[in-house]
Amino acid sequence: MGDTPVVFPIRPVWESKESSSRIPFSVYTDEENHKRELERLFYKGHWCYVGLEAEVPNAGDFKRTVVGERSVIMVRDADGGINVVENVCAHRGMQFCRERHGNRKEFVYPYHQWNYKLNGDLQGVPFRRGVKQDGKVQGGMPKEFRTEEHGLTKLKVAVRGGVVFASFDHAVESLEDFLGPDILGYFDRLFNGRKLTILGYNRQRIPGNWKLMQENIKDPYHPGLLHTWFVTYGLWRADNKSQLVMDAQHRHAAMISTRGSGGARSEVTAGVTSFKESMEIQDKRLLDIVPEDWWGGPTAVMMTVFPSVIFQQQVNSVSTRHIQPDGKGAFDFVWTHFGFEDDTPEMTQRRLIQANLFGPAGFVSADDGEVIELSQYGFEQKPFHRAVAELGGYGEENTDHMVTETLIRGMYGYWRKVMEDPA
Amino acid sequence: MNTNDDTGVYLALAGLYADYAAAVDAQDWERWVGFFLDDCEYRVQPRENHERGFPLATLALISRGMLKDRVYGIKETLFHDPYYQRHVVGLPRILRREGDLIEAEANYAVFRTKLSKETTVFNVGRYLDRVRITPEGLRFASRLCIYDTEMIPNSLIYPI
Repeated sequence: MGDTPVVFPIRPVWESKESSSRIPFSVYTDEENHKRELERLFYKGHWCYVGLEAEVPNAGDFKRTVVGERSVIMVRDADGGINVVENVCAHRGMQFCRERHGNRKEFVYPYHQWNYKLNGDLQGVPFRRGVKQDGKVQGGMPKEFRTEEHGLTKLKVAVRGGVVFASFDHAVESLEDFLGPDILGYFDRLFNGRKLTILGYNRQRIPGNWKLMQENIKDPYHPGLLHTWFVTYGLWRADNKSQLVMDAQHRHAAMISTRGSGGARSEVTAGVTSFKESMEIQDKRLLDIVPEDWWGGPTAVMMTVFPSVIFQQQVNSVSTRHIQPDGKGAFDFVWTHFGFEDDTPEMTQRRLIQANLFGPAGFVSADDGEVIELSQYGFEQKPFHRAVAELGGYGEENTDHMVTETLIRGMYGYWRKVMEDPA
Repeated sequence: MNTNDDTGVYLALAGLYADYAAAVDAQDWERWVGFFLDDCEYRVQPRENHERGFPLATLALISRGMLKDRVYGIKETLFHDPYYQRHVVGLPRILRREGDLIEAEANYAVFRTKLSKETTVFNVGRYLDRVRITPEGLRFASRLCIYDTEMIPNSLIYPI
């Protein structure tokens, strides 16, 4: 009877000190662990995605979004700069902004009408100097009250190529250092200075731990198996020319792939039940791929920037995918599809039709959400167990093929360094 | 079907809406495709995109061939947790009629039931339709499903 495992471990137990290939399920199920992740990964030492500059083109335009689980507002200032402030009033803590987008000259918190400049500075407090009654001044704030000490929490902001990141940690390294030269190169390939145009949003709520979405896009093992579309049309399969690249700390990654011939049977499709040789698209516009100059070769680059965002280029479809955790067992996944200012109407239409592959109804993305949900169910019932990510071995290295789970091991190597730091 | 007078048109439209709901609830996807003209449009779009003028849709199918591609995806390629859906569709509201083309709208609510789970509200919104009167009956030239639902509960596999 002694070999019955303890079902609910106190903290995640890793089988190996050297390798992060066996991932304890409790990293997905433990509440305390989740709070520590918010603290260490989202609120300190990292840049989080908040949006695109094109979402707030004019002075006063704002968008409400989140960093981790904290509501923030991205707003364009009168001088054209971008500010990000926390959506909590300094007076009584009210989340004052409820609209998701709009235009403001100032922020006013409705409860007691404190008002703030767009950069978060407190500019007015009603009855600050009291109210005159019968020749006497009644009430008011104490004379030592200083508005400078009661602004909204201001986040540090970095803008590059039209993409806006923010951090509650003003000591965070530069965005460029955070990404590292290799990932920065792929970032700049996509966001190369052209103005972006917003095509629209998709929002879905996935009942699984947020890390599973990072892992999904660090996992080149599944697309050629789960996603029939990718295999059959050669968009993503094990014999495509490909590369897996990480930053020096292994937290971010890029999966780079060049579309192969598809269709024909080969070693990688033999026995793959999702491969459909006879599958034929009725309306070819679904996959009307036109190469673009800026690709510079690869037909797909899927970037994971830890912890908050995925940048997608899969042929002509480009999007940002924002991971917004809500507790350990769920996250909101917000897709912003975009195009570029020099797109022809035909290219815009192509991007919109190829978007059928992605998002909550996507031919290749709908099932990702489904497998994440079902994984979470498995973790919850068996939290003492662990996942096995040993395709390609135990190490964390860049590769020139995709038959490996190296990026997942890399992410957990980094995760352990940050999460297990006694400080 | 007498589509020469207003009452006849209204009844025919109500019949189309009821038949459509019955087909998608019964997972009769061939029948679903049959409600559309060859040259047609079917979009499922968040209200936010619709109202802000953003063209992105969650599903954007722009021909009957593409509807068939979706059916193939549902039947053969998309992995998902099994579920039933149940549509409750309000009465049609005719916005305009020009010759054999009717523009109409109706509210809808779709409930989802997963095996061993409670029934939940899955998607709520408004159909915005262009319906053509043909010798074979009424057919959709376009059906837009503009949904209020802010967060799709994980994934949307079946047509609304």
